[in-house]
Amino acid sequence: MRLRSTSRYGATRLSTVSLAALCVVALSACGARVDAGSDTSASAESCVDTSGDTVKIGFLNSLSGTMAISEQTVHDSLELAAQEINADGGVLGKELEIVSEDGQSEPTVFAEKAGKLITSDCVAAVFGGWTSASRKAMLPVFEAQDSLLFYPVQYEGLESSPNIFYTGATTNQQIVPALDYLVEQGTKSLFLVGSDYVFPRTANKIINAYAEAHDIEIVGEEYAPLGHTDFSTIVNKVKSADADAVFNTLNGDSNVAFFKEYKNVGMSADDMPVVSVSIAEEEVGGIGIENVEGQLTAWNYYQTVDSPANTAFVEAFKAEYGEDRPTSDPMEAAYTSLYLWKAMVEKAESFAVEDVTAAADGVTFDAPEGEVVVNGDNHHIAKTALIGKIGADGLIHTEWSSEEPIEPDPYLEGYDWADGLS
Amino acid sequence: MTVLTTLLRPGRTRTLAAFGLAAVLLLLAPLVLSPFRLDLLAKFLCLAMVAVGIGLAWGRGGLLTLGQGVYFGLGAYLMAMHLKLADAGPGGVPDFMLLYGTGQVPGWWEPLRSPVSAILLILVVPAALAALLGWAVFTRRVRGAYFAILSQALAAAFAILLIGQQQTTGGTNGLNGFRAFFGYDLADPVNKQMLYLIAAAVLLLMVAIVRQLTVSRFGELLVAVRDQEDRVRFLGYDPAAVKVVAYVVAAVMAAVGGALFVPIAGIVSPADVGVVPSIGFLIGVAIGGRATLLGPVLGSIAVSWAQTSISEQFPSGWIYFQGALFILVIAFLPGGLASVAGKLRRRAPEGSPA
Repeated sequence: MRLRSTSRYGATRLSTVSLAALCVVALSACGARVDAGSDTSASAESCVDTSGDTVKIGFLNSLSGTMAISEQTVHDSLELAAQEINADGGVLGKELEIVSEDGQSEPTVFAEKAGKLITSDCVAAVFGGWTSASRKAMLPVFEAQDSLLFYPVQYEGLESSPNIFYTGATTNQQIVPALDYLVEQGTKSLFLVGSDYVFPRTANKIINAYAEAHDIEIVGEEYAPLGHTDFSTIVNKVKSADADAVFNTLNGDSNVAFFKEYKNVGMSADDMPVVSVSIAEEEVGGIGIENVEGQLTAWNYYQTVDSPANTAFVEAFKAEYGEDRPTSDPMEAAYTSLYLWKAMVEKAESFAVEDVTAAADGVTFDAPEGEVVVNGDNHHIAKTALIGKIGADGLIHTEWSSEEPIEPDPYLEGYDWADGLS
Repeated sequence: MTVLTTLLRPGRTRTLAAFGLAAVLLLLAPLVLSPFRLDLLAKFLCLAMVAVGIGLAWGRGGLLTLGQGVYFGLGAYLMAMHLKLADAGPGGVPDFMLLYGTGQVPGWWEPLRSPVSAILLILVVPAALAALLGWAVFTRRVRGAYFAILSQALAAAFAILLIGQQQTTGGTNGLNGFRAFFGYDLADPVNKQMLYLIAAAVLLLMVAIVRQLTVSRFGELLVAVRDQEDRVRFLGYDPAAVKVVAYVVAAVMAAVGGALFVPIAGIVSPADVGVVPSIGFLIGVAIGGRATLLGPVLGSIAVSWAQTSISEQFPSGWIYFQGALFILVIAFLPGGLASVAGKLRRRAPEGSPA
């Protein structure tokens, strides 16, 4: 029945092909005319409307896909900050109108939705992103459209876009202090375990350079694909390497499997402590307190930070989302980012991107982690490094802290041993 | 209804009318859509190119290919590599290699510096891979679920390979931040419009090619191979050769879609080429109606459009709506959206059934 006689269609053949050819010819003509236009490359005109009594801002987090479990917490925290700001009279007297988009844990979707928020919704600034891939995907969009992104997660450094403000830690505010701490504790050898993507690879490059300059032996370096859950081989290697400590840059689910296996082979924080840079309060519950108790983490904020601003933040968050919800570093950095944008806008007395960035330098906010200051040159913020120990209560308690907030140095220019890294 | 019927029924004047109507609609789109929406539509058209190929290979030839992401990805990555090299200038090194790589362009990137060889490679590499794989598989009479599993494994392996080669492929970050497309500034909306028109023309051309193939002797053989492979063999034809051709055509179409996707979307990453997007391509084809000419195109565009607009409306719950939509279509329209027209036609003369 599917077989048809060819003759019936014979006459159509020529006309179809010629129609297609016609289209191509017509379009190549279009393309040629464009040539002249491309010289006068139109720089993006902002369509942000601030004439009414509201101003739009965008939240772009992964609400579906593998990153949703982490990014939802950041989204909640941003919502909380927006509610508080609106209850307090808005920004420059204008109420914030939130446009939320789902990044779907995919870089391509992040790029698309960023474009939508900027050019279709005309938001004054966008808050969000988590993975390095999502940030790298959004960066050219924000630069081409000359719009603003506030990125709230610790990352691998080596970047400073004029259109992004980084409110999470760069490497010299998290990884380097963690290494300083280990040296202080007399660590002579390290085993590196990480997921196979940009952040762990870059972090380990930095750790290797640091180790070489500080007489630390790197006894092993292992990578597992993202989402990998069979860690028996890697943990056995760690065990037999017998290093003084393990530096863990695993991300997501892999941590659950890694720490369970670590406990299975009979190792604990006393034998060989694991310093993690991607495990926050939110993840501790998922891994199981009994599997990670006593292990170390490096961040710039813990729920247990003792300050009036943090007490207020934690109380407000729990009141909004439930007593069982912990607060974590990326959530705090996201919360802080919205307030920092508010402070910049109010200092500039304008929502325009160039005015806001011009006013950014030196803007401060009494954040839950302590007072933070924006560095106008590299768009990062000064942050205090905190090494914490995971307690039996599932919270992380500060074990060591840098004496004062550390100035951001994304390219590690102030460190001799880091020459040639960037 | 008549328009729909015309659009979706294969037939002599109807196809021509449908083709003309599609061309007119595509040419009118720039006048009514904002630059952002036009960009989205252009992206959907690139994905639809993959669907056209799947329509031929799966709908006509019965080759359930769950790995078209590989060919889409090959085209996309080859184009992205060329754009990166072109942005870096003669002898220059792409920015990400300076950050994460050795600071030197690996030898296998070099052939992509020239625009001509880049375009040739975009067509030849996927075609060669598909021919090689197709020949190895189809002559051994691997078919059905075994072929599907194999093609899917290939997609998974391809994504893992890309992720592992951080220094030379950008790893999970993929490749992005392109400034120009063969010398045309990508920040200029006029050039974005040009890209859209190119995508529209290429898609129409592909549909025309598939139509010609379907009504040709080859098309008849392909359907015959799908329905009764052994009989075709007994008649003296080589079913493997027929399948390889269909598979190669589908692969090249996917690669061209990928190559055009890159300047339009501005990015390609392993998340666009692995198992999940490969299945995504198939869903559009299934929903549209795999055995029809325009079904795969319309289904693919409809699914992409629904995915975007539902996720914009309900950022936190869109995925449930999408799932429900798929279930409804599969349950009540197993022949795809294209079968609606046929059902309506058949129903009309009989009067209204109870």
